[in-house]
Amino acid sequence: MLSARGLRKRYGAMEVVAGVDLTIRAGECFGLLGPNGAGKTTALRLLLGLTDPDGGEIRMLGYPVPEQARLARMQVGVVPQADNLDPEFTVRENLRIYGRYFGWRDHAIDARIPALLEFAGLSHRADAKIQALSGGMQRRLTLARALINDPALIFLDEPTTGLDPQARHMMWQGLRRLINQGKTIVLTTHFMEEAERLGDRVSIMDQGKVVATGSPRELINRYIEPQVVEVYGEGASDWAETCGAPLCARLERVGETLFCYTRESDALMHRLCQQDAVRYLSRPANLEDVFLKLTGRDLRD
Amino acid sequence: MLKRKDLRLPRLGLRFIPVWRRNFLVWRKLALPALLGNLADPAFYMLGLGYGLGKLLPEVDGMPYLTFLAAGTVCYSTLNSASFEALYSGFSRMHVQKTWDAILNAPLILDDVLLGEMVWIVSKSLLSGLAILVIIWLLGLYHSFGLTLWIVPVIVLMGFCFTGMALVVNALSPNYDFFLYYFTLVVTPMVLLCGVFFPADQLPPLLQELAAFLPLSHAVGLVRALLSGRIPSEIPLHLGVLAAYGGMGYYLGLALTRRRLQK
Repeated sequence: MLSARGLRKRYGAMEVVAGVDLTIRAGECFGLLGPNGAGKTTALRLLLGLTDPDGGEIRMLGYPVPEQARLARMQVGVVPQADNLDPEFTVRENLRIYGRYFGWRDHAIDARIPALLEFAGLSHRADAKIQALSGGMQRRLTLARALINDPALIFLDEPTTGLDPQARHMMWQGLRRLINQGKTIVLTTHFMEEAERLGDRVSIMDQGKVVATGSPRELINRYIEPQVVEVYGEGASDWAETCGAPLCARLERVGETLFCYTRESDALMHRLCQQDAVRYLSRPANLEDVFLKLTGRDLRD
Repeated sequence: MLKRKDLRLPRLGLRFIPVWRRNFLVWRKLALPALLGNLADPAFYMLGLGYGLGKLLPEVDGMPYLTFLAAGTVCYSTLNSASFEALYSGFSRMHVQKTWDAILNAPLILDDVLLGEMVWIVSKSLLSGLAILVIIWLLGLYHSFGLTLWIVPVIVLMGFCFTGMALVVNALSPNYDFFLYYFTLVVTPMVLLCGVFFPADQLPPLLQELAAFLPLSHAVGLVRALLSGRIPSEIPLHLGVLAAYGGMGYYLGLALTRRRLQK
């Protein structure tokens, strides 16, 4: 469906994409994760043929990119990071105008619009102006717009950033429906929960490189102990040195919080029960733990 | 620095049509204020100055001042309309609303987008030039109606010329304020030097020589001759200068926009 080999892109002295290999299979939902500045958006722009790579090869839907990216994009839908709907137009007009860019005739576009409006939950707002829509509605319309050409492959660049939980869940439902219809999805995100829910496979990027690839479950098994006990409070670090350390496989201290990674949390929990000075939480390890282990806890802005 | 890939020749094709239609639809929604700003404003200046000053000036270049000014105003109106649309509106579409980014995610390339913009802006400036021409026709400010029809293709070429120039400025602009440099340092001096309001031969020789290099002089030369019933002299030179500014501007504007958006 889509493959990239040895992809490189340099801006000045910074190699933003520094040798990336990706393979995306038909019908899967692929998550590209990484902290801000990891090169996710640049990688997407390269895959879409919007900017030329300094090195590497891309094939999308059988076409070489960027040479024949235009032809490949006939069958691709894109939800960009920032909404760029046309504010002068209504919901319906936004869909119609966008369909024309694919060379479609108005009657063919208009025949698709009702189903797309229904998909986006905007049937009752077809003639509303864009400014009158909430952030979540605009995002759903942007997704519907990306579907106007019935694409086989859909790119989403941080589709739920800035949405409230209701709107985010609504977006996830929509993406689930697309996955069930057999669409191939590539999404970038820095919400691990999103990647874990939707992604069949994910790649974690850091500093322009892919540092890990696999299904969320595989990555958790491969990189991290299955149980995490978080310990908070002033007594936490004393407790760690005296009792905690021997009972866990790995211990991380972030401010006043301790992260105890362990294969077996029972003994740890038993000890913690006897402590009054600390608060604690035991949970299964998740993709965010993997992400933080691989990319570090330093801020990236 | 422009790279070789930015300097590739423009790829022209019919895919620009949906871009043109998009801009036309926006214009249709906002037509009334657009008509007032682009069409009525230059017309008021022409009539106000033409009648007001015309009383004081018996004849300018062998014609009534209103007729003299009308030829300049056709060009001025086209220049203004093309520059404003390519800069303020074009910049909104490119940088603020990111309309171009949305289009580029569809199977169009930047060459299509810029061609669509070019044809759209020429269409819009044609309307502005034509509006003045209609007033000229209504007031009978011409010698031969047949000759004035040739003004229509001249307006189109002028629109191409001034759009090309403005697309270069648009591609280099960090924000809206940047356009003030272009209007203050290029457009306004050009209007004053190129015989829009008064004959350019009133200027010191050095400025006259400078004016000969500016495209607006050539546009005014063509339109004024056609209005006064003469076949313009040096037609190939005038057309050549307008086409050269437009063509170079379009090419350089595309190259700079590629550098800006495809980096």
